[in-house]
Amino acid sequence: GQMDTQTDLYERWSVTDHRWHFIDSQLLYIHYRGPDIISTVEFNHTGELLATGDKGGRVVIFQREQESKNQPHRRGEYNVYSTFQSHEPEFDYLKSLEIEEKINKIRWLPQQNAAYFLLSTNDKTVKLWKVSERGRRPEGYNLKDDDGRIRDPSTITMLRVPVLQPMDLMVEATPRRVFSNAHTYHINSISVNSDYETYMSADDLRINLWNLEITNRSFNIVDIKPANMEELTEVITAAEFHPNQCNTFVYSSSKGTIRLCDMRAAALCDKHSKFFEEPEDPSNRSFFSEIISSISDVKFSHSGRYMMTRDYLTVKVWDLNMESRPLETYQVHDYLRSKLCSLYENDCIFDKFECVWNGSDSVIMTGSYNNFFRMFDRNTKRDVTLEASRENSKPRAILKPRKVCVGGKRRKDEISVDSLDFSKKILHSAWHPSENIIAVAATNNLYIFQDKVN
Amino acid sequence: QCEEEWANFTPNWLLVRTKRKFSDNEDIVEENPVSIKVMSSYNLQRQSLLDMSLIKLQLCHMLAEPNLCRSVLIANTVRQIQEEMTLDGSWPVMTETLNTNQNPSDRLIATEILCRTSKDCEEEKTFSVVTYDNLHTEEVLEDSLCITSTEEVPVFLPNTFGAWEREDLKKNSDDSKPTDQVFGAFELKSPVATPDPSIDELFSDVDTSYYDLDTMLTGIHGTPKMGPYDLLDSLSSSHSPSSVTSNLSCRSDLNELDHIMEIIVGS
Repeated sequence: GQMDTQTDLYERWSVTDHRWHFIDSQLLYIHYRGPDIISTVEFNHTGELLATGDKGGRVVIFQREQESKNQPHRRGEYNVYSTFQSHEPEFDYLKSLEIEEKINKIRWLPQQNAAYFLLSTNDKTVKLWKVSERGRRPEGYNLKDDDGRIRDPSTITMLRVPVLQPMDLMVEATPRRVFSNAHTYHINSISVNSDYETYMSADDLRINLWNLEITNRSFNIVDIKPANMEELTEVITAAEFHPNQCNTFVYSSSKGTIRLCDMRAAALCDKHSKFFEEPEDPSNRSFFSEIISSISDVKFSHSGRYMMTRDYLTVKVWDLNMESRPLETYQVHDYLRSKLCSLYENDCIFDKFECVWNGSDSVIMTGSYNNFFRMFDRNTKRDVTLEASRENSKPRAILKPRKVCVGGKRRKDEISVDSLDFSKKILHSAWHPSENIIAVAATNNLYIFQDKVN
Repeated sequence: QCEEEWANFTPNWLLVRTKRKFSDNEDIVEENPVSIKVMSSYNLQRQSLLDMSLIKLQLCHMLAEPNLCRSVLIANTVRQIQEEMTLDGSWPVMTETLNTNQNPSDRLIATEILCRTSKDCEEEKTFSVVTYDNLHTEEVLEDSLCITSTEEVPVFLPNTFGAWEREDLKKNSDDSKPTDQVFGAFELKSPVATPDPSIDELFSDVDTSYYDLDTMLTGIHGTPKMGPYDLLDSLSSSHSPSSVTSNLSCRSDLNELDHIMEIIVGS
């Protein structure tokens, strides 16, 4: 079936041959300037659209071009479809506090009509946006002329029926709902439920459940805030709904644990129904153990059978039926283990790397430093390090796998741990829901890679 | 709901510690002409990690809404270090023999220098005892460092101090007692000791300082012989009951040294 084809494809082009390439540098390599660091990337459910959010509160949506027989090499290029300002910088006068406009997360709603809907959030406020096309406009009103001016009633001598006339295609983004005033702390996750009616928003200490239609009321489903804030030792780092059980969700914590909750059990899910935790390896114990075990992202597999968590050095795959330890653990950049003190000093150790599944749940991808990102094939146990960089990747060129050299002699083409650039980090990436197309955000740049055709 | 207090989760004892540091603690060195410093470089580096963490926490505390995850993780790290220092008995030595008139950032620099020079910190169990003569030169050095570095920090010091002051008022005296005890102890200056340091040596090789720290504190280098890793292991796990026995010899060495110091210092 489709799953096999996917695996075969991956085998052929990625790990075995490393045949990654740019499709087209001009259109698939998008360069943002200035302060607009990309802060989130998300494909919609068909993969036709790709949304990015940035530090400046902007949302940019890319649309995949239809395949054309005349230009087969342009297959699947993504072009800018719509750009809009989702969040503006705000000032909280009560607290004398600026609220950043940075987009923390974007989540698409399943498409139900011609329009597209997405949720975007900054630290405090979630917004529901409608993105729709307009290709026709009404003409021939009775009381106003074509420019919208009111006509002099004395000139109206006959009644006519307005008609829709074709016009240049316009894409409009309109805010449909604003969900505000429900989060004291910073929102780190939003997740649309599989009932398509509700969604949740999680901040450092609480998770709220919303109906997509209702903005003035939300239900608090998790609250880990201690009565005395001095006793606070743990925060919520990410949360997500199960892809097909609308009563189930998980949230991860800064102590490296994951709690699975069932909303049928109680209105307030303070008691989890499952608790996933890996016992600490005493041989790796250090002052940084807790910091590096803090989970920065949690994602259910498409099938709903597994979930994946990312901590500072590893990415782990968990079976929902086994709480005692992860099914698989992949080292993302284990060579940093001896550099943790420096990474603590320069705060890199608090970077929040995300992780994604491919369409068939057979490959996982996550980011690293030096514009490197990693892929792990769960079946073959092979992995590859690739680089998202303008300098090292020519248009349509095949991506070369990169290797970081750990101690000892450095071979040609290898990069030593000490020369990694820690300011270039890949925190956000996305995988097309059914094809081998990935989007990788590297500071201001968005890279889209696709497997080689033929 | 949104009017809640945001980030005052920083435990009081942290604030107490820092507050006291800037007030009444400047007279002990004069009273103790014979200052003998004993400290392994692991302890020094742990101390500098502690200082680094405290500076980070202070900066967090200045923000109305700091990154809560980061702040909590840093506070937990400080708790962990404090716990370990309390348990491994390394701090009573400091209490009696040394004091501090420096702020954390000064001491950070001071300990950094020590990390650099002590290439021989590989052999962790050999404690270096510095005589008064050596110490004297070193104090001069530290003083000059203080001057330069305090010029860098005052930007945030007055503000944070104000914040702590407020925090302090809220505190009731009951829970301040035990914390005072703990921090009255280890807020005092970490012993800065090198076997016969020369000034040139002290300032050489600046950039590699944290590599030492990395090796020491992350403790991953699987060298089979006795190295920083082993010491780290023995120290960091000393508060878990299972490992206490295996590290008993090391612990008793420390305690014995503590005792000797107490006698010498006459406390």
